[in-house]
Amino acid sequence: MTKFERLKKRSQFLHDLRAFFYERAVIEVDTPILSQAATPDLHLRSLRTTLQIPGEGLKDYYLHTSPEYPMKRLLCEGVEDCFYLGKVFRDSDLSPRHQIEFSMLEWYRLGFDLQQLIDEVVALIQARLSGSETLCDDVEQLTYRETFTKYAQIDDICSATAANCREVLLIHKVPEIVGVELDDKVLWEQLVLTEVIEPQLGKSGICVINDFPARDAALARVSTDNPQCAQRFEVFVKGMELANGYYELADANEYRQRFEASLAMRKEQGLPPVVLDENLLADLEQKGLPDCSGVALGVDRLFALQQGLEDISEGIAFGIKDA
Amino acid sequence: MATVSTNEFKNGLKFLMDGQPCTITDNTIVQPGKGQAFNRVKYRNLITGRVLEKTFKSGEKVEAADVMDTELQYLYNDGEFWHFMDAESFEQYQASEAAVADISKFLVEQDMCVVTLWNGDPISVTPPKQVTLEVVDTDPGLKGDTAGTGGKPATLSTGAVVQVPLFVQIGEMVIVNTEKGEYVSRAK
Repeated sequence: MTKFERLKKRSQFLHDLRAFFYERAVIEVDTPILSQAATPDLHLRSLRTTLQIPGEGLKDYYLHTSPEYPMKRLLCEGVEDCFYLGKVFRDSDLSPRHQIEFSMLEWYRLGFDLQQLIDEVVALIQARLSGSETLCDDVEQLTYRETFTKYAQIDDICSATAANCREVLLIHKVPEIVGVELDDKVLWEQLVLTEVIEPQLGKSGICVINDFPARDAALARVSTDNPQCAQRFEVFVKGMELANGYYELADANEYRQRFEASLAMRKEQGLPPVVLDENLLADLEQKGLPDCSGVALGVDRLFALQQGLEDISEGIAFGIKDA
Repeated sequence: MATVSTNEFKNGLKFLMDGQPCTITDNTIVQPGKGQAFNRVKYRNLITGRVLEKTFKSGEKVEAADVMDTELQYLYNDGEFWHFMDAESFEQYQASEAAVADISKFLVEQDMCVVTLWNGDPISVTPPKQVTLEVVDTDPGLKGDTAGTGGKPATLSTGAVVQVPLFVQIGEMVIVNTEKGEYVSRAK
C-alpha cells in the first residue's frame, strides 16, 4: 500500500470516528492544546513552550497530555456530551506503540455509569475493526483481580506478596528485571501485569478490565461499596491498551487532594513540579461537574490494529523522528 | 567509571554487564501510562556473542564500556596470537584465539579488518566482506566443465574449506564471502 493509499484509509477512519459521535448527538470540542497548567500525574511528562503574550512578556505554557481538564471545565459550564479528536503530547514515550505527539479520542457522557461507557467503547472499537484482520467480536470483561487469577494464576493479587509476583515472572520466563527492590510489591505487581498478563489480553477479541486498585484511581471515583477499588477500566486488543475510562470524580476537594498528593510524590522522586490547573479546580468547586463517565482512546493504535501495522508510526503522516 | 542511564540507551550502545562488554541490539520502552516505565533491552555479549535480555527500571544506570571499532591491518599469526597494526600510528595489537575464533580462516595478510577493542585489547575481528584466497587442494574434476553445475569442496591457503564449482582448479585464486563462508567467483 502506498503512503497516499494509507492516508486515504486514515482520512476515512477519522471521518468514521467522528460520524459515530454525530449519530449519537455528541458534539466535537477542540479544546486548547496550550495551557498554563499541567497534569501532576507522576508518569506523564508534559512538554513546555514559551509564549510571548503582549503586555505580559514571556510566559511558559504546557502542551496538553490529554484534553481532560478543559473538557471537564466545559462540562462544568454546561456543555453536554462531547468528544475531542486531535493531537496530545507526552514527552519521552517512543516505541512501536508510542509517539511523543499522537492522536487521542476522548469523550464524556453525562449520566453514563461505567458499564454504559464500556459498552459504548466496545461498540466504537468493533465498528472500526470489523472486517479487518483483528478479531473483535468476542468481548471478555474481567475485574483486575480476576485478570490476575486467570492469566497469572495469582488467586488474590491484593494479598499476594512481592515474592509471589516474582515467582510468576520466573514461571513465565520473563527476562531478568534490573533495579526493582525485592519487596516493592507495587512494582512487581505492575511487572506481572505488563510482562505476563497484558501480552495475553485481547488475543481473540476485546478484553476489558475494570475495578482497578484504588491507588490507580487517578481521577476516577473510588467505589462506594468497595473502597479498595477504583471505578476505572482499560480496554485491550492484541495485548495493547487501547482505552482508559473513569466514572469521573466530581468532588472538588478530592481533586485538590489527589493533585497535591501527586505533587508531593513528584517532589519525593525528584521530578520537576508543575503548575496546577486552578481554573479547573475553581470550576469544579463553583459550578460543579455533572455526573458523568469519560474515556480516552489511542487513535493511532486503533488505526494500526485496523490496518494490521506493527508500529503506529506506519499509520501517520510522519513519525516524530521524521517530523 | 562512567555510567549510562537507561534514557540514553540506544542500539549499539556499549556497556558492562557482569564485568563483560555488551552492545544493545534492541531497546523498547514500556510505558504503562499509569505506572513506572521500564526499558526492555536485548543485548549481545561482545565476548561470547550470546544475545541476552533484561528489563531495566527506567532511570537505572549501567557502567559504560570502553569499546570501539577500529580499522587495522592484519599482519601475521605467530602460532599463538594474531597481530594487527594501525596503518597510521603503526601501533600494533595482538588478538587471542577467542577474538578471531570464527574468522581466523579468512584472515589474509595485509587485509584491513574491523577490530573491536575493549580497554585497548582486541575482543573481536571482522574481516573484509570478501577475501581472495588460493585453492591449495580440490578434486581435479572434469576438464572442460565450465558450466559450473554442481560443486566440490576446496581447501584454501588459510585452511578454510568452501564449496566451489567443478571447474575451479588447484592454484587458482577465488573470492570468498566471509560472512557466509561461501565461494563468490574466481579472481581475475
